[in-house]
Amino acid sequence: MNALRKHIDKIKPNFAKGSKLGFLNSTFDAFESFLFVPNKVTKGGSHVKDSVDLKRIMTAVIISVLPAVLFGMWNIGYQHNLAIGGDMGFWPIVLYGFLKILPLYLVSYIVGLGIEFTSAQIRGHEVNEGYLVTGMLIPLIVPVSIPLWMLALAVAFAVIIGKEVFGGTGMNIWNPALLARAFLFFAYPGHMTGDKVWVAGLQKDAIVDGFSGATPLAQISDGLGSIQYSFSDMFFGFIPGSVGETSTLAILIGAFILIYTGVGSWKIMFSCVLGALTIGFIANIFALSEASILAVPAYYHLVMGGFAFGAVFMATDPVSSAQTEKGKWIYGFLIGAFAVTIRLFNPGYPEGMMLAILLMNTFAPLIDYYVVEGNIKKRLKRAKTV
Amino acid sequence: MYNFAPSFVNNLLLNKYIMLDHIRLKKGLNIPLKGEAFQKITKTVVSDVIAVKPTDFVGLIPKVLVSEGDSVEAGTPIFADKKRPEIVFCSPCSGVVDAIVRGEKRKLMEIRIKADACTKYIRYDVPKVESVNKGEIINLLLKSGLWACIKQRPYGIVANPEVTPKSIFISGMNTAPLAADLDFVLEKEFEILQVGINVLAKLTKGGVHLSLDASNYASTDLHKFNNIIYHSFSGPHPAGNVGVQINHISPINKGEVVWTVDLHLLVAIGKLFVNGVYDMSRIVAITGPRAINPSYIKCVSGMSMNDISEYVDNEKGDVRIISGDILSGEDVGSEGFLGFNNNQITILPEGNYYEMFGWVKPFRLKKFSISRTYFSWLTQKKKYEMDTNTNGGERAFVVSDVYSKVLPMDIYPVYLFKAIMAENIDKMEQLGIYEIIEEDVALCEFVCPSKINIQSIVKKGIDMMIREME
Repeated sequence: MNALRKHIDKIKPNFAKGSKLGFLNSTFDAFESFLFVPNKVTKGGSHVKDSVDLKRIMTAVIISVLPAVLFGMWNIGYQHNLAIGGDMGFWPIVLYGFLKILPLYLVSYIVGLGIEFTSAQIRGHEVNEGYLVTGMLIPLIVPVSIPLWMLALAVAFAVIIGKEVFGGTGMNIWNPALLARAFLFFAYPGHMTGDKVWVAGLQKDAIVDGFSGATPLAQISDGLGSIQYSFSDMFFGFIPGSVGETSTLAILIGAFILIYTGVGSWKIMFSCVLGALTIGFIANIFALSEASILAVPAYYHLVMGGFAFGAVFMATDPVSSAQTEKGKWIYGFLIGAFAVTIRLFNPGYPEGMMLAILLMNTFAPLIDYYVVEGNIKKRLKRAKTV
Repeated sequence: MYNFAPSFVNNLLLNKYIMLDHIRLKKGLNIPLKGEAFQKITKTVVSDVIAVKPTDFVGLIPKVLVSEGDSVEAGTPIFADKKRPEIVFCSPCSGVVDAIVRGEKRKLMEIRIKADACTKYIRYDVPKVESVNKGEIINLLLKSGLWACIKQRPYGIVANPEVTPKSIFISGMNTAPLAADLDFVLEKEFEILQVGINVLAKLTKGGVHLSLDASNYASTDLHKFNNIIYHSFSGPHPAGNVGVQINHISPINKGEVVWTVDLHLLVAIGKLFVNGVYDMSRIVAITGPRAINPSYIKCVSGMSMNDISEYVDNEKGDVRIISGDILSGEDVGSEGFLGFNNNQITILPEGNYYEMFGWVKPFRLKKFSISRTYFSWLTQKKKYEMDTNTNGGERAFVVSDVYSKVLPMDIYPVYLFKAIMAENIDKMEQLGIYEIIEEDVALCEFVCPSKINIQSIVKKGIDMMIREME
């Protein structure tokens, strides 16, 4: 450790601004602060600062996503095995999933971090750690069969247009990971929808009879009876879908970590569920027949598609969500409500969660504006009564 | 509740012994720092050199009234407020002006006075407090230099003597990290404080408000004053900040002015009206993880840190000597001087070291954090040896809900900070700039995971408001 520190101290001057490798200053700094907590001390103001920093918070998010990653990895292999009617054991299934998910992560991180480092370098800023989380999330919300060049394009779009043009981490309006998905969804709909994309190897390998590869969300348009999967299958995640979204259980473990550490807002998650259930119940009341999409029990929406993943990992993004505590209730509730509304009334877009969150990202500042305005009015009123 | 006493007796009891309004604050944080001062006076400092620092006063532009080589007495004006020359700042000791120290752009940093062995005081004729009128009080306070003890809100600047404040607020509880124990420091000053309170009471129609800690209300002598309105507070820091207390008792609206006085400075006002001298002696707590034998000392304001070098443990590495507490004190260095408003010195280890993979280590049990991504919340009673490392690089605002958890006021802190950064005066006004000063948001800065210097943002906002309002 000391030897490494000495070596870094030795080469450090080369990367100082103005010297030979000065153009790599931000990159050097990023690697150095990755290896060592810097020796920077406080100046003026509070002389002591809390031990938590964004790196630590982002690490907590990454840990909370891990159950979903691991389950997703297994489920890729499991679904493939079902599709080909094979008899792969546990480890071959995991290995298959690992080999499928690895390229997604490589592309996500190489492209995303490459852009982050470059833009930090151009601006002369420190490299922000925001992409560590975004890069972790993007492969989890795309179909496993997505061509890698499309993923690369989507990542580039999300990081450049979604984040860097606004000024980097902390300044973006939309959740960058979801923006990558939205980009794919509208640019290459053929690779993001239908029954063929959700399971690895469906296009090439021989499929056993009766395996459809359709997600439950695609099936509900004809009512509950047409869903092939049981509620418990959907809850545990033995269903086709985007890589990390299928297992509500794994996501709940993540939610527990986020809430426990205080990194994710329980208010947003809770109100999101509340919003979905509310619209779900209303739809149930107005369902004309069992075969209607409206008759799908409200709680089914919580375990289908990307609802749980979106509510726990996407809606709670501290940058693009509502910032005020009151605002979070409204924001979360409307996400849940819109997501289910889109699912029920616009079967053309079976996954309403993505659009609901992006829509509410857009309106979050407006919600906050009215909450803060309320505080201002209160202050003015107080002045008048005295 | 069994209550058989007639209602007027009850009211009397309530007024006198039980608080009328008890305000319970939940938000905030007591930082568990090591090095609390032991309740004993271990030294009486006799200083060689003493300094008076204009930088102790927010927004002050000083005009020097002495030159090097002049001899002064305790109470001789050293510099005045350029905008209101009637407000003067005085030497706490007698001696010779040793140096007039200027910093960048010739900004006046401090005036050093070489002290006599025996202090000679300027003596004032003291009027009887019962019969003296408001004008006479103000004149005497201005002339003696003790006006500087009275601050005004908004902004935390030295009060304008031409304005009559809505009321005057005093905090009788000190919740800042390792703060001096007021009961101990003021033990023998009870009667002097009563005189000070009587003086203040003549300056306002809204009364003098004293807020006490609910937990030791019965045991402290501070609840026995007359001519005062009591409030009781409970909760973690910043519950003891007078700004937070005002916000809950009677918040400041646009156009309103209230005054605040620190209790240990009120002692000096009391002494003026009892003994007729400018006596800035005080009891100061020496605290912090790098303080040897943390305890109390007797000294005067402006004391040199050279005089307490035996309390500084610099064998284990660099240390920082702070006049005040870790949240909003000033780094004065080992050659610096005690601030006018401070009755605490904190000695901290500097954090200028590298820690390999520090942020990713799962436990780091020696690190304190309000965040549950660490485990310090499991060990509630543990005290930590904190240092001055920033514990991370500066970033944009990302996590938005941490700040309001340590600010017990009805204010949206991030919106206020952003309004200041955008230099939007209207928004600053609407979002509550009048109700806070730097120390009230110091905890926001402490907990900020983006390591933003929030106090300097607020300072910038307050400076902007002062300029705008002129």
